[in-house]
Amino acid sequence: THLVSISRWLTSFWGAGIKASQALPETVKIVEVGPRDGLQNEKVVVPTEAKINLINMLSESGLTVIEATSFVSPKWVPQMGDQVEVMKGIKKKPGVSYPVLTPNLRGFQAAVKAGASEVAIFGAASELFSKKNINCSVEESLQRFDEVMKAAKEAAVPVRGYVSCVVGCPYEGKVAPEKVAHVAKRLYSMGCYEISLGDTIGVGTPGSMTEMLEAVSREVPVSALAVHCHDTYGQALANILVALQMGISVVDSSVAGLGGCPYAQGASGNVATEDVVYMLHGLGIKTGVDLLKLMDAGSFICRALNRKTNSKVAQAACKL
Amino acid sequence: MGSIPTTVKHCLSYEQLFEDYPWLRRWLQEEKIITEHEYPKFVKIVEVGPRDGLQNEKEIVPTGVKIQLIDMLSATGLSVVEATSFVSSKWVPQMADHTQVLQGIQRAPLTQYPVLTPNMQGFQDAVAAGATEVAVFGSASETFSRQNINCSIDESMLRFQEVINAAKERQIPVRGYVSCALGCPHEGRIEPSKVAEVAKRLYEMGCYEISLGDTIGVGTPGSMFKMLQMVKKDVPIDALAVHCHDTYGQALPNILTALQMGVSVVDSAVAGLGGCPYAPGSTGNVSTEDVLYMLHGMGIQTNVDLNKVIEAGDFICNALGRRTNSKVGQAKSGTL
Repeated sequence: THLVSISRWLTSFWGAGIKASQALPETVKIVEVGPRDGLQNEKVVVPTEAKINLINMLSESGLTVIEATSFVSPKWVPQMGDQVEVMKGIKKKPGVSYPVLTPNLRGFQAAVKAGASEVAIFGAASELFSKKNINCSVEESLQRFDEVMKAAKEAAVPVRGYVSCVVGCPYEGKVAPEKVAHVAKRLYSMGCYEISLGDTIGVGTPGSMTEMLEAVSREVPVSALAVHCHDTYGQALANILVALQMGISVVDSSVAGLGGCPYAQGASGNVATEDVVYMLHGLGIKTGVDLLKLMDAGSFICRALNRKTNSKVAQAACKL
Repeated sequence: MGSIPTTVKHCLSYEQLFEDYPWLRRWLQEEKIITEHEYPKFVKIVEVGPRDGLQNEKEIVPTGVKIQLIDMLSATGLSVVEATSFVSSKWVPQMADHTQVLQGIQRAPLTQYPVLTPNMQGFQDAVAAGATEVAVFGSASETFSRQNINCSIDESMLRFQEVINAAKERQIPVRGYVSCALGCPHEGRIEPSKVAEVAKRLYEMGCYEISLGDTIGVGTPGSMFKMLQMVKKDVPIDALAVHCHDTYGQALPNILTALQMGVSVVDSAVAGLGGCPYAPGSTGNVSTEDVLYMLHGMGIQTNVDLNKVIEAGDFICNALGRRTNSKVGQAKSGTL
């Protein structure tokens, strides 16, 4: 409205001078990554039935995006070996999207055959991370995805893009915001409808997050951006808060905080969806998620994994 | 409204702009939660591990260990370390060795060692043991006050007035705490106006600083903002501190919100010592290490050495036979 456009005019006038932010978003879309990103990073391999049950419970909690599985070779990621059965076995709720990871064209084809109607691809903001993780440079990885993008366009399948190491890399250390902006822009112009910016090792703070988001939002519209924060250093919720203050309204999280950090033994990884929802609701922001049903899904999967939840809200479950 | 084109001549100085057109700042802040992200350049950490932390740990820790913990914390650069509590050992057995602890620590020259003094008896014992700063605890919730210290808020204020008067005579500064600032385990929601009322009373009675405590950790940036907005009308912002509990994982975003509103004093406990008596098995105090990690990452100075705090945390966790509650501590111990 008028107020917002004037404040934007003023902000662009002085640049970093006043960061008089826009109002917080009224609604935030939660992208639930527990069944894929979460389980992928858990040591215990969970039976297909349990995965299906988890996803079904999550579907009932009001979430509108649930990352279901990954079409990678089971040789690399045994936890995702039952990708086809999971995809075919879940009860798809109308209005809910079930994206799957597709690292290459073969994965994409298998995904579509199994009934996938949304896919995701991954790029890194760090050259070293890209080399160590998928054995090629960032640019090469993006070229590989060109095939997937073409096929997805033909099949009218939307594609979400992930950028990892946006505020730090386990090998390179600090990552330049301009590099992140460059990779995000590439993915966006290749046709990804949304770009999820991942703090892969959780080292980000409100300081580095702000710097990075400023650089990226100059290249990609804020409405197409999401944040994927890890809580390895306890910074996730604070980072999400500053992202919201900068206009971001899509947040990735994992039920029960599933998924550890492969770079810090015993440390946590994904931020817990329950804790994010608690904060958002406390801010008066709508998510459509029923926190109690979400917590039920969390207790279920923790029992199946025989582990304690990483969600503080779930741990507390105080009468209030 | 002013005429915007004339602001062009001020384009190099937006602060001048806010002075010339006061409506501008108000106008920009009309939206729900607009914050000017101008953070304090320096934040004072009030380390409450040895008192608030240990008080809420089940294991009774030997005096020697308490003293060593405080000495290690003194060496990190912390300027305030809450050392112990002069309450009756009948109520709080962990603090029974208050005199030995206070007399046994090696005081760093620039560090303060406040102690809790719930009443005159405690105050006198504290002074006799060499205390040079004390603290009193009020509550924003009547029910909590009655359940916790067996009297109403008004009655507790009278008790504190005695202590504050005696402290004034000896030129001993007094810090005031307000518990249940964002919610009460018995009453549920707490009105920000009530918090402001209690904070104002403590401040006017003579407390130099008021620490606002989210006792059960239920607060979120939403409720923190509303509460601080109210309280800062009655107490100057630089006399306010926040004491956030991480029971629902909200402590860091709550602290961030407080910083955005001008608060520059933060209470925390090394290794996140101290659970929540109202949610068994849950965490309580936010970890000093995690707070420092955030502040340093934002370029805010604290003069505290994070690595030395991690060491102190490792030490006390070993002594308690438990894992650290600090995520930074957990990550550092596992990093390849």
